[in-house]
Amino acid sequence: MKLQFSPADEQFRAEIAAWLADNLVGEFAQLKFRGGPGDEHMFPEERKKWERKLAEGGWTCVGWPKEHGGRGLSIEQQVIFFEEYARAGAPGRMGHIGDGLAGPTIIAFGSDEQKKKYLPGILSGTEFWCQGYSEPGAGSDLANVKTKARLDEASGKWIINGQKVWTSLAHESEYCFVIARTDPESKAHKGLGFFLIKMDQPGVTVRPIEQITGTSEFNEVFFDDAQCDAGDIVGEPGEGWKVAMGLLGYERGVSTLGQQMAFQNELNEVVALAKRNGAAKDPVIRQRIADAHIGLKIMRYNSMRMLSGNSGDGSLQKEALIYKLYWATWHRDLGELAMDILGAEADILLDAPYELNRLQSLFLFTRSDTIYGGTNQIQRNIIAERGLGMPKELRP
Amino acid sequence: MEFAFTQEQEMIRDTAASFLKDASTSAAIRSAMASDLGYSPDLWQRICTDMYWQALHIPEEYGGMGLGYVELVAVLEQMGRYLLCSPYLATVAMATNALLIAGTDDQKTEILPQLIEGKTATLAFNGGSNLWSADAVTASYKRDGDTAILNGQYRYVLDGHSADYLIIAAREEGSIGAEGISLFVCAADTDGIKRSLLPTMDQSRRQAAIELTDLRLPTESVMGDFGTAAKALSKILDLATVALAAEQAGGMQQILDITVDYTKSRNQFGRAIAGFQAIKHKAADMMLRNEVARSAVYYAACIADDALSAGPLADELAEAASIAKSYCSEAYFKNAGEALQMHGGVGFTWEYDVHLYFKRAKASEHFLGNSVYHRERVAGVLLD
Repeated sequence: MKLQFSPADEQFRAEIAAWLADNLVGEFAQLKFRGGPGDEHMFPEERKKWERKLAEGGWTCVGWPKEHGGRGLSIEQQVIFFEEYARAGAPGRMGHIGDGLAGPTIIAFGSDEQKKKYLPGILSGTEFWCQGYSEPGAGSDLANVKTKARLDEASGKWIINGQKVWTSLAHESEYCFVIARTDPESKAHKGLGFFLIKMDQPGVTVRPIEQITGTSEFNEVFFDDAQCDAGDIVGEPGEGWKVAMGLLGYERGVSTLGQQMAFQNELNEVVALAKRNGAAKDPVIRQRIADAHIGLKIMRYNSMRMLSGNSGDGSLQKEALIYKLYWATWHRDLGELAMDILGAEADILLDAPYELNRLQSLFLFTRSDTIYGGTNQIQRNIIAERGLGMPKELRP
Repeated sequence: MEFAFTQEQEMIRDTAASFLKDASTSAAIRSAMASDLGYSPDLWQRICTDMYWQALHIPEEYGGMGLGYVELVAVLEQMGRYLLCSPYLATVAMATNALLIAGTDDQKTEILPQLIEGKTATLAFNGGSNLWSADAVTASYKRDGDTAILNGQYRYVLDGHSADYLIIAAREEGSIGAEGISLFVCAADTDGIKRSLLPTMDQSRRQAAIELTDLRLPTESVMGDFGTAAKALSKILDLATVALAAEQAGGMQQILDITVDYTKSRNQFGRAIAGFQAIKHKAADMMLRNEVARSAVYYAACIADDALSAGPLADELAEAASIAKSYCSEAYFKNAGEALQMHGGVGFTWEYDVHLYFKRAKASEHFLGNSVYHRERVAGVLLD
């Protein structure tokens, strides 16, 4: 076991830190610490411009292989990149769905034509993506999607009909990757396709969902005879589930270290508040703050284990299986702690009609953490079934 | 960065696991529990002569293997997993560490080779409080020419009734806090030392009370200089804390495995109870706590490694130890409690092993500081 990074990696750290210090200035200075969870709806145009700035420096898609235009960074260097990015307070990535999910999927499962068509826009920070998975009737039971795709013989195009929901930043995206049923008679995981769909077309309607924060970064997306080219299906019809689940394999937790740096910024704010308003003298609050600090430290150690471990067969290891449940619960607790440190002041807004301060926003937004991307309950099923070999849920 | 066991470390861990699986069976544990000594001397000797575990992190110049704390933790985790009854924690994680950190060259040269050959030792410092630092030291010494005269009492001395050597912390008469702390090493049968076994709820580990009455020790028994050992003591305790946390993480793994196996074989309502979400979700939370505990312990092990070899991360030892112990203490007991509940009635019996882990979890939760104690240590650095 070895905790330190190599001298070459530390030099790389200095390089990215210096680049960020040189470039996160001027018009971009206002974006510092903005656009993260709960704040994703803010400064979209400015953050898109920042994406192009990143691209100029070669700092988009840093984990993609070089042959596909990425930087081909090692796991260690990706960790360093995300850490320094968050440490500098660089804004929430508008491009993270394309960079972290759509791109890697296209690289792994896509055709050469798809790679040529879609990867350059992601790399250059000019085209943004959203994820069309959940539907009103397909939440935890994701495989229950009802959105349909049929190949129209006359036009040679796929015609998509249905509704997606909880689609982050759909209103800011050029493309959406969508799982839809290619075989209308099929059920569950079978008969699905994975489609790349242009958002700017008559058949696509985006309607924002107002959240408990009063803001909207999630949307409903309606497909009414929306179209995509015959070549815009990734994999074969019927392979959609395999492609969609393939994404999970890429999320090996590298970006989570960056996420943790953002958590650290939040925790620092909570600690500073407690010192300022005297709550830091309360023995119960002290315990809770220490617990949060300890929880975040261990989250980092756990990620380091995830990244160092190599199960060989690509299957998720135990420390990776628990990760979502762990961080989501930790983050939710931090939001509650922040309110309890504020005390009565927790209820007082910055301004009417509903302007939340950062900690209030944290408190409300973190309630979504234990729901999206697999609820805590679904996570526990997955852990018990895959991690402990306990019986699978009965499927009627 | 490579935060995973090396192949060699994995081999050490796997060897420990397979040895202890055979050697520390339920029957063996219960036989040790029923004995006065609290462990099997034969097994202790085998551990020494066949496994070399007492020698693991002792430098080669004293006849040891010269390995690090990560290797030690790998073995301790398996000891906790198989609930080994032995004076290993006392001898290796407390006394050996004390000698390595504070001992003079003469003391190390004389005693470490004996420990490698199977002699036992322990550390007495706590006068009977829930403090786990120099503040816990109530026994005192006064100097009389070339000797020191010690008086006072200790509780919670692991294997204190049977250890061959004692490392003793005492404070200069009238001193408080970190001032005036000295460490001494002596044979446990020296005149002036009275040792008595304390009967324990967790019978898998022995504790003793020790009373010093005008114990006279020569200067050669002092570890380092008089009155300056508080820092060394806190480092020794931090290292012991990491070791205990490693045991706790191992215990958590075993109790989870035992419980999941049980729920897969126990049928009610026409199916294995492992299929019910009420059970699955408890088990999932247990596994989460296991993995998190392990991450904290491995990190602390790396830091302890640095602390022993004056590496760049040595200053992190106190925090890393507190992080590991505060997490593992609550998590182990929580898991053991859940395990008992998931076993239902049989979990409440003497026959099943669940209660052995349940009791060990509670005892080790409080020894060397419980979660609240360690969180406050962290809070102090963060907030004051």
